[in-house]
Amino acid sequence: MTGMADLPIWAALLVAFLVLLGAVLTLIGVLGLLRLRSFYERVHAPTLGTTFGAGSILAASMIFFSMLETRLVLHEILIAVFITITTPVTLMLLARAALYRDRAEGAEFVPLHQEADPGSAGGDHSGRK
Amino acid sequence: MMRSVLPYPLLALSLLAMWILLNGVSAGQLLLGCVVAVAASAVMAQLQSPKPRLRSWRAIVRLALVVPVDIFRSNVAVSRQILAGTGGRKVSGFVTIPLALRDRTGLAILACIITSTPGTAWVEYDSKRSTLLLHVLDLESEDWVKLIKTRYEQPLGEIFG
Amino acid sequence: MSAAIILVWSLTIAQILLGVAMAIAVFRMIVGPRAQDRVLALDAFYVAGMLMLVVLGIRTGSTLYFEVAVIIALLGCVSTIALAKFLMRGEVIE
Repeated sequence: MTGMADLPIWAALLVAFLVLLGAVLTLIGVLGLLRLRSFYERVHAPTLGTTFGAGSILAASMIFFSMLETRLVLHEILIAVFITITTPVTLMLLARAALYRDRAEGAEFVPLHQEADPGSAGGDHSGRK
Repeated sequence: MMRSVLPYPLLALSLLAMWILLNGVSAGQLLLGCVVAVAASAVMAQLQSPKPRLRSWRAIVRLALVVPVDIFRSNVAVSRQILAGTGGRKVSGFVTIPLALRDRTGLAILACIITSTPGTAWVEYDSKRSTLLLHVLDLESEDWVKLIKTRYEQPLGEIFG
Repeated sequence: MSAAIILVWSLTIAQILLGVAMAIAVFRMIVGPRAQDRVLALDAFYVAGMLMLVVLGIRTGSTLYFEVAVIIALLGCVSTIALAKFLMRGEVIE
């Protein structure tokens, strides 16, 4: 616990709030992995953790170390940039892989190779409204 | 002369910024970062990837302001939906959107925006028919085709043309 | 209430929450009906673990954990991409 007591109260409260917010958002996102029904719904869940979940924890870390070392510590931005660039790429690839596998198996709930008219909405793939 | 040393000024600048962020500010690191930036730009020039042209800085700023707000709103909506359990079930499904945007960089950025937003996920892009297959978590709350086209595609089209 | 007490409590709670998140991700990884579910859970696990390290870094006041977090973020991305590629190419075509 080096130097934690040196922080002013407002900074401590801000860091505490941001860290808790980030942890709660990440937890909700992972909870979505557990509760949503199909794979395509579950793809949405982790982005909660990787957008504002990671963002607020990294912001908390930036504020904390900037206050602690009394200079601007910004290298957490790098992680944030990495995450914002890489997560969409991985999720997109995963969704495409899942679609490819479902099509190869002839699953009914995924749209076929762009057979629908452009602009029309596909229906509920879980089979019930 | 400027062209041959720094073919990609924005790339070199961001590489230098990354180097400084990782290693701290000092004269030596600044020099080393410049060397890395110039070397990486030279490699990039060898690859001869088409250079994206930025046409409208105003649209970039507008997009940079709109996207975080949308991601935040979507975060709230998706958290509520996850926590609501079986009572708050929404209908999810696939949406096909015809896109007018052809530029590859613009499409890549559109893909990043759409996938980072928790409620929507980019599934497939058909380059022949230039249609995009999306999966959205809450199909009925909004007109997704119109939303994607006006909020994201139109400014991206302004930027990359 | 001093700054240290506020920080220690909030960081501990955050670590517990992130630990629970990691446990849920592992559960989905084990249960996951299909391979893509497992890969998705692995990705979420990586992100939660990386955030756990950042929180640990705040707790110990050392910037050393930052480097570890960067490496985990990079490895997590690369491994998930490799696994997704494998799902497309490796398993379906037999």
